Amino acid sequence: MRVLGISGSLRRDSHNTALLRHAGELFEAEGAEFTIYDGLRELPIYDEDLDVEDPHDAVARIRAAVREADAVFFATPEYNSSIPGGLKNAVDWLSRPSLAESALRSKPVAVIGASTGAFGAVWAQAELRKVLGASGARVVEGEVAVGHAMDRFDEDRRLSDESLESQVRDVTRALLAETQPQQPVQLAA
Amino acid sequence: MSTTETQAVPAGTWAVDKVHSSVGFSVAYMAGTFTGTFGDFDAAVTDGRLRGSAKVASVQVKDPNLEAHLQSPEFFDAERHPELTFESSSIERDGDEVKIDGEITIQGHTEPVQIMGQISDPIADPYGGDRFGLKLEAVIARDGFGMSWNNPLPSGEPALSNEVTITADLQLSKQG
Repeated sequence: MRVLGISGSLRRDSHNTALLRHAGELFEAEGAEFTIYDGLRELPIYDEDLDVEDPHDAVARIRAAVREADAVFFATPEYNSSIPGGLKNAVDWLSRPSLAESALRSKPVAVIGASTGAFGAVWAQAELRKVLGASGARVVEGEVAVGHAMDRFDEDRRLSDESLESQVRDVTRALLAETQPQQPVQLAA
Repeated sequence: MSTTETQAVPAGTWAVDKVHSSVGFSVAYMAGTFTGTFGDFDAAVTDGRLRGSAKVASVQVKDPNLEAHLQSPEFFDAERHPELTFESSSIERDGDEVKIDGEITIQGHTEPVQIMGQISDPIADPYGGDRFGLKLEAVIARDGFGMSWNNPLPSGEPALSNEVTITADLQLSKQG
């Protein structure tokens, strides 16, 4: 089972990327392969004029990475009560040029999040789940809100709160449960 | 006056004439009604029992993106649940009216459903066979089948109704 991790935060010391790394350990403990995608900043802003048969390398790369993954696991911060523009831009590229061709089509996905505020990016998580559902993904229930993120990681940048770790483990297991190998059927365009 | 199940529909096996039949749905959306059809379906009446199915991947509406959305996990989930199915448990007839009880399965959820409609007596068709007609309609609550997607109107009210009407206009041809 191959799980692709996507962090909505590009910052080098991002809490969400740290959260994603910790989740990756939990995926690996369940026997899954886990890789963090690191190409969000190379994506151009979505422009239908650029969405051609041979698109920008960064676009081709993220679409291939998502298609090749059995599931995708997102960690998002919250900007202005919503998801970061860069993450939305990535989902827009993945879902186009049409929903029938969406790289996210029927892809099992799950969302968690961290923020330095008290609420742990719950609105951004809800928005991202909505956007992923509209993009054709199979959105797994479950939410982990890591609030006050600056106080939730130890010196190795691992979650220091066992309760939060347990919640993340529950979501990773829920995602893997939805990602049992299926016999694909031919979907009509 | 109702008749018993075995008398409600003609005895024997009757298979759907797919060219001259249709299966679809309609649902209140915003200020009107949104409709769609299933291009690939099957139905048969055998010894008083009606069975039917429709391929989710064959859903047809007027926009390819909407078709893809209807096939996604937010609606029918074509990848995991490629068919809708129905099987009757009882059929009652009163004149031209027919009432069919049974179970419908959508997205892996099975729920009881009551279908109302009209039935016509068998006629001889121009191809040397016999056929009769069923014009059926059932209303289901889509949230009972894992399909609760919605979008709010500016008023805050949901744009898409939870009640969906499934329709089948079937011509069934005598077999054997």
